[in-house]
Amino acid sequence: MSLLKVTIDGKTIEVEPGKTILQAARQIGPDVAPPAMCYYTKLKTSGGYCRTCLVKVTKGSEKDPRPMPKLVASCRTTVMDGMEVQNYSSDEVVEARKGVVEFLLINHPLDCPICDQAGECHLQDLSYENGRSKSRYEFKRRTFEKIDIGEKIQLHMTRCILCYRCVKVADQLTPGRVHGVINRGEVAEISTYIQNAVDNEFSGNMIDVCPVGALTDKTFRFKSRVWFLKPVDAHRDCDQCSGKAVVWKYGNEIYRVTGRKDQWGEVDEWICNTCRFEKKSPSDWVEEGPRKINRHSVIAQNHYGSKTRFVASPESLPQKQLS
Amino acid sequence: MGRKLLLTHDHVEGIQGYTAYRANGGYRSVEKALKKMTPDEVVEEVKKSGLRGRGGAGFPTGMKWSFLAKPDGVPRYLVCNADESEPGTFKDRYLMERIPHILIEGMITSSYALGANTSYIYIRGEYFYVARILENAIAEAYANGWLGKNILGTGYNLDLYVQVGGGAYICGEETALLESLEGKRGNPRIKPPFPAVAGLYGCPTVVNNVETIAAVVPIVNDGGDEYAKIGIGRSTGTKLISASGNINKPGVYEIELGVPVEEFIFSDEYCGGIANGKRMKACVPGGSSVPILPDYLVCKTAAGEDRLMTYESLSDGGFVSGSMLGSGGFIVYDEHQCIVRNTWNFSRFYHHESCGQCSPCREGTGWMERVLHRLEKGEGNMSDIDLLVDVAKKIEGNTICPLGDAAAWPVAAAIRHFRHEFEYHVLHPDKIKDPKHGHREPIMPVKPEPVTA
Repeated sequence: MSLLKVTIDGKTIEVEPGKTILQAARQIGPDVAPPAMCYYTKLKTSGGYCRTCLVKVTKGSEKDPRPMPKLVASCRTTVMDGMEVQNYSSDEVVEARKGVVEFLLINHPLDCPICDQAGECHLQDLSYENGRSKSRYEFKRRTFEKIDIGEKIQLHMTRCILCYRCVKVADQLTPGRVHGVINRGEVAEISTYIQNAVDNEFSGNMIDVCPVGALTDKTFRFKSRVWFLKPVDAHRDCDQCSGKAVVWKYGNEIYRVTGRKDQWGEVDEWICNTCRFEKKSPSDWVEEGPRKINRHSVIAQNHYGSKTRFVASPESLPQKQLS
Repeated sequence: MGRKLLLTHDHVEGIQGYTAYRANGGYRSVEKALKKMTPDEVVEEVKKSGLRGRGGAGFPTGMKWSFLAKPDGVPRYLVCNADESEPGTFKDRYLMERIPHILIEGMITSSYALGANTSYIYIRGEYFYVARILENAIAEAYANGWLGKNILGTGYNLDLYVQVGGGAYICGEETALLESLEGKRGNPRIKPPFPAVAGLYGCPTVVNNVETIAAVVPIVNDGGDEYAKIGIGRSTGTKLISASGNINKPGVYEIELGVPVEEFIFSDEYCGGIANGKRMKACVPGGSSVPILPDYLVCKTAAGEDRLMTYESLSDGGFVSGSMLGSGGFIVYDEHQCIVRNTWNFSRFYHHESCGQCSPCREGTGWMERVLHRLEKGEGNMSDIDLLVDVAKKIEGNTICPLGDAAAWPVAAAIRHFRHEFEYHVLHPDKIKDPKHGHREPIMPVKPEPVTA
């Protein structure tokens, strides 16, 4: 099979047929890769919902060079040979993405100070990069009736951005999905409809795929901020999953266990609920060494000798830096 | 008097039933197609006719049919979209209620052309009683040998089913319709793949509007060329228009495409002019989702030419000074109507009907509705108007399906042409508290001064 040539923001790469624009952009690198809130490589039919990965196709292909009339979701648009794509280099795309981020935030509670996801939340990163500093939405934010989906997973519907990832996890990883999206439009919500516990050995992966703090680990709830913990790669013999996980430690104590996430925030391998929720003793795990964390991540701020940076007020900065 | 092709016999006694329909030339197209034509010849006639989709988008039907993938051993489906839910559009209901057999006949002929052996009519939940009418008509067609196995001894088999939807506007979007028909949540699919390649149950599928399928009947009977003689340019044939609003004679009219808009509104043959001798203020020519036009752009284009009831003429001037023929939901407003209230009403509809799958539409439709409601109540401020324009712009084109566009266009167009009225709502909250404020102080559109070079 011959490779297809695609140019994204002026950078050209050759990819296998069937790859999407987003996958090609990720191959080039983070400079051109669009953000993605709902797409998840390991989950089939994911993507297309959040619209943060919109890009502009200025040339359809070598055969048919016409540009695409609208912005397209890069996670669901396959690459054609000779395609030319603009991401950050197009004002239209940047503007549209800002709009999408604003839409995602208008009903989001912004309760980061009490949210367990803070520090590893994709919506935080996204709004930090593309959002406004002030909301233009002046109405009451939507709320939902709280439902209990079981003893291991906490659902905070107000934080949900309806990415459908957890639904696809339940569909594709576990037998018998009991939760889904009910109602429509603005009041659509993740729910079990008739009070039902989400209970099976792989349901915990819903927490890992959730891009926001809508699904969090009840066994870790309010225990610590993630950036006070030290992520360590570890494994154990497990008869259900690969047993390859990250243990988040404070001193010698394991506070929580998660899957190993790659550069794009996607887990390498799913882990089972036993590993995730039950195995919290250091003797359960064989440690492999500290996990490499991007130095720009807030999680990297607390250890590995990186210097603490203080946020300076503009007055205290040297004048040179200001000009 | 314009020619009628679909509603020719709509006032014949008992036309709902099989006997009267057959006596008035019904099912001739099935006989002709199945006995004398190959499926490809039928498709060719439809192509020649220049028939364009009557559901709103106006895509050439013949072309859509020829895109249908035909892999071996995979069934193909024809699905009729009877989920007519656009505010201001009620033509399909009238057609199905009055002459259900024309739809059944069209379905048989079209299914034959596409090689489909199972076809569906997906009808909206609110038309439950119409579904009963269709089911009776289908039973009569089965009883008289037009459906089932070996139709007319030609060896062609066809089963036709009516499926009632749950009552969601979004299920009129073809891929959401297919999802719903499959028994799933009616969320639009992400395209590609298009239904012509992977539609119902993953098989190649054509989805057509009720009126489009009914129009196949006269096309096959009289030939595509004959059909193409009616109309102007690329807008051929006749079109059902659902006329409503402040006109003397609201109702469903079958017009030859190309009738001047002025004639349509003011002649006694059609709408019969504005009711109660008032002035016309605005017009939505194609259902709630198309841009609204102020009075000075309804009958004439921006260039001063007569506006005609065609796909091209109504969209002349793009979104700056034009609109769309859409599904033919023709709504006329008189001088006493409040455009802000009307826009809020439309917006409320789209807010309620958004499926919630993609974020711009899910969040944006509600946002627009709330801002419009605030303006309507006289609690808004000037910056709200620009905010609405910006939000509409950020929804438009960025969603999975066209519902986002449909929600954004009416808002953007109303502000484009009636900004002064929105400003009036901000400046005079005391006056607009009364919903009938337009009756005391009509606000007419302001024609912008021509720019002189």
